[in-house]
Amino acid sequence: MKYLNEYSNLKIARGLAQKIAETVRKYPGKITLMEVCGTHTVAIFRSGIRQILPEKICLLSGPGCPVCVTPNDYLDKAIACTRRKDLIVATFGDMLRVPGSSSSLEKERSRGGRIEVVYSAMDALEIARSNPDKKVIFLGVGFETTAPTLAATILTARERKINNFFVFSGHKLIPPAMKALVESKELHIDGFICPGHVSTIIGVKPYEFIARDHNLPCVIAGFEPLDILQAIYMLVQQIVNRKKAEVEIQYTRVVKPEGNPKALDLIREVFEVTESMWRGMGNIPESGLKIREKYSGFDAEPSIRIKAECSRENKKCICGEILRGVKIPTDCPLFRTACTPQNPIGPCMVSSEGTCAAHYKYAGS
Amino acid sequence: MCLAIPMKIIEIKGSTGIAEVGGVAREINIQLIEELKIGDYVIVHAGFAIQKLDEKEARETLSLLKEISSIK
Repeated sequence: MKYLNEYSNLKIARGLAQKIAETVRKYPGKITLMEVCGTHTVAIFRSGIRQILPEKICLLSGPGCPVCVTPNDYLDKAIACTRRKDLIVATFGDMLRVPGSSSSLEKERSRGGRIEVVYSAMDALEIARSNPDKKVIFLGVGFETTAPTLAATILTARERKINNFFVFSGHKLIPPAMKALVESKELHIDGFICPGHVSTIIGVKPYEFIARDHNLPCVIAGFEPLDILQAIYMLVQQIVNRKKAEVEIQYTRVVKPEGNPKALDLIREVFEVTESMWRGMGNIPESGLKIREKYSGFDAEPSIRIKAECSRENKKCICGEILRGVKIPTDCPLFRTACTPQNPIGPCMVSSEGTCAAHYKYAGS
Repeated sequence: MCLAIPMKIIEIKGSTGIAEVGGVAREINIQLIEELKIGDYVIVHAGFAIQKLDEKEARETLSLLKEISSIK
């Protein structure tokens, strides 16, 4: 497929790996780079990039899997919605198998709950249009990449006067989570591989504080193997040459320094920034998106009283620490024993972009 | 979940368009993109084009990669 396959060339990949190795050869100590985005985590494992990098480069997965960082409280409310006959829950497929405190959307569907898996928020709007006697709740889980699609859908619902469409907003923002990670000091990172498609929307500016205030290099990367290798090459050059850290774009074919202003305008029109609860990271200031008062008619939370069970987390699951990068899946006593993709206990094993699922599938036993 | 792929625009009808990849065409929403024309490549996420793909940059990245890895 054009603009995908040509960035997977093995010969060029080997050449890049060689350049990376030459660059870090004389560098004392390890270099730890965090790929923030779950889509990068999967791409890195699938392409075998870890195997061709020099040993002193360590890649660490971060909190960039929206399904994984969604707390049980949100899931339990979503599950509670499926038990009401007046509601239809519409969701992206990734959410189906994620366990809440005592159930999952998939289990509720097998018990007769009305749950529709959609590819786009617009598909959920269409379900609302064709089911005027029901209220359709769309589970708005995602980052900046997905937020403008939700904003556009809410504006379309208003324009078309589809008043039985509601969004349960669990949207989160990536840079505040990166801020929380670097400020926690529990983790040593030498640089960030920044998410390509989030950056398509937000551009360069939201990451600048990381380079400026924390002197940590950031490179916005694409998702094909050569993109990721080039991003690593750019990062190690910044680290080894010890120049002032900066935010660079590797994924220039898609990411503009200013992002997508039209998409940002739509996000600002419909949403306001608020604090948000992240699994394993707690409440992070200014890290979530809430529907503005002006559009509260489409906001599921005030419009529909959702009563859910009292949420609890599985105490043995270490997804929270994995999402913060302080532990890896093999540190977890449940990994590969009680927790497998067939019988997942934590969200990091459920989501195809979860770190545990990627380790299970690609990293061998 | 932030998965998005490049698709080629083959038809435009107001705020929607038909985009194609690997012989498969589907309707996508194009309202997040300014000045789109048939033949442009866009990055598609959750049924929306979220950015135009810059073909010149794409070619330049590839030649830079070849140069870095010393492949002629």
